[in-house]
Amino acid sequence: MKPILTVDKLSMDFGGLRALDRLDLEINTGEIVALIGPNGAGKSTFFNCITGIYLPTGGDVYLTPPHGRKKIINGLKPNQVTKKGMARTFQNIRLFTEMTVLENIMIGRHCRTKASILGAVFKGPGTIREEKEIVEDSYRILVKIGLADSVNMKATNLPYGAQRRLEIGRALATEPFLLLLDEPAAGMNPMETKELDDLIISLRDEGMAILLIEHDMKLVMSLSSRIYVMDYGKKIAQGTPVEIRNNPKVIKAYLGTEN
Amino acid sequence: MFFVNEIKKSLLISCWFIFLTFPIMVIRINPYEEIVDYRWNNLILVGVGSFILSLVGRAVQRRREKIGQNDTDQTAGSTFRIATKMYVPLVALSVLVICCFPFVFSTYQTNIMTTALIYVVLGLGLNIVVGLAGLLDLGYVAFYAVGAYSYALLNYHFGLGFWTVLPIGAGLGALFGILLGFPVLRLRGDYLAIVTLGFGEIIRLILENWNDFSFGPSGIANIPRPSFFGMEMSLQAATIYIYFLMVGLAVFTVFVVNRLQHSRIGRAWIALREDEIACQAMGIDKTKTKLTAFALGATWAGMMGVVFAAKTTFINPASFTFLESAIILSIVVLGGMGSILGVIIAAFILILLPEYLRAFSDYRMLLFGATMVMMMVFRPQGLVAPRRRCYQFRKTDDPAAGIK
Repeated sequence: MKPILTVDKLSMDFGGLRALDRLDLEINTGEIVALIGPNGAGKSTFFNCITGIYLPTGGDVYLTPPHGRKKIINGLKPNQVTKKGMARTFQNIRLFTEMTVLENIMIGRHCRTKASILGAVFKGPGTIREEKEIVEDSYRILVKIGLADSVNMKATNLPYGAQRRLEIGRALATEPFLLLLDEPAAGMNPMETKELDDLIISLRDEGMAILLIEHDMKLVMSLSSRIYVMDYGKKIAQGTPVEIRNNPKVIKAYLGTEN
Repeated sequence: MFFVNEIKKSLLISCWFIFLTFPIMVIRINPYEEIVDYRWNNLILVGVGSFILSLVGRAVQRRREKIGQNDTDQTAGSTFRIATKMYVPLVALSVLVICCFPFVFSTYQTNIMTTALIYVVLGLGLNIVVGLAGLLDLGYVAFYAVGAYSYALLNYHFGLGFWTVLPIGAGLGALFGILLGFPVLRLRGDYLAIVTLGFGEIIRLILENWNDFSFGPSGIANIPRPSFFGMEMSLQAATIYIYFLMVGLAVFTVFVVNRLQHSRIGRAWIALREDEIACQAMGIDKTKTKLTAFALGATWAGMMGVVFAAKTTFINPASFTFLESAIILSIVVLGGMGSILGVIIAAFILILLPEYLRAFSDYRMLLFGATMVMMMVFRPQGLVAPRRRCYQFRKTDDPAAGIK
């Protein structure tokens, strides 16, 4: 199986601080990979580097679409990375709070549609058709994430768990083949976590690869096929959930050791 | 118990007011008779007045908070549907008023109305930049000046007519919008405001000081009014003609802005305003979106500049000071960021009120300021809060079939 995301010796320095230290990572088609590590290990920095929000100071990131060629993506802007097929959510929810739930999803369709200013003003048949498609596709995603009842609600008025799911829905609207989830279960109650769990599995079954940062170990161990562990910007372990659970380095990073 | 608390608070406030205003409101020194007057009446007035005002103020505040809490339960469109009932008669009435206006009232009144309409379009243009895209632009008047001078100069040097220059002015406005947009792409909020403010002043100072190009502070006179298939018109006919021309342009603007704000591009602008990082991560090109907002906003200002020059037949840099930018911005803020109807109403209020309050001209600016402060306290979202479009879906198993 060929990897769809290849990260090669990725480094990120903030002044004298090395936040990421020659990190390697690979994700294959249709697998769920978890990235874990103590707070401040550099997990979110890693996300920001591969999605173009930060410009990494060293190393390369390659993306290989299912039916395409391997392409280097570091140095691209976030919107270009998204267009290449890698979408993400944020650790602290970043919805467009004053827009309705449906419109939030519709924003995700932006990069897959192309109505121009003139098209918007004259509203020719092409634009009308495209607009209708945007609405239909967005509604379909809302049904999938279980928010079809709150179509016209303002995003800010949604309950917390629903906001998390809406953010995932918005990322799905960009038609990614790789989805990056930054702590999707943070702050969720057990029932919301269960719903999230089901959603992630159904996405994997559709063939989407998922990389998730998560602190909820139950979720991580039950979902992921492989786990990467980071500490102080370095990769300290990788392997299946069983291997990781018994890895002394990981236990040391999380719990510390005597002496 | 609650009520007693409120009265205690207000009593404390009125005591403070009495204490603070004591030296100016109560004590009066009479230098001729060398005595000190104590005007105790004033003390009572200040005390009672501040007591009542603070009570009322807090009562209003509480009511508003309560309403605000109820509001959050509603979906975005629930109040919108009530408004649509009155929609048709209201539109019919305003069409009637607009059509009859110049034939009922004097040329002077028509002129004022034309000015108000110019500000409606300017407000709607700035609304794209500030209200939708959330880019605080304090130099908007620069594009207005670009439009006005492009008509004046192109007419002076090449004899181009109004109708030729109208699109040219709009195009030049857009071009300058992009020119301003490029250097400020990375700026946000206060910093953006400062740079755009500077840009506005630069344009004005160039026009003021580059005598060879713009004839300096003395301005350009004898700019021809818009022609109507080459017909000669009397002053009165020309005024009415410009009025209807402005009505047409205003309707055109409302149409275009309305289409834009509910389009793919309009949504991108709002997303940019809401969260720049998330917006980019969702695949929206920040650079392109910002530049289109600047360019499209400036287009209207450029167009209005041409109309302004044609209407007044004389322009000089003094017409394009920062105060103009501030007024246009006030229109957007007062009307409600991103709300078309709000901007139209606010433009009429802010332009017409000062004209009709000339009798109290000494207090005009005071009233203006007081209104703005009151608005910010009691209705910070503007006269008409913008509403998002609602979609209706039929409940079926096949979602694709259920869209109206």
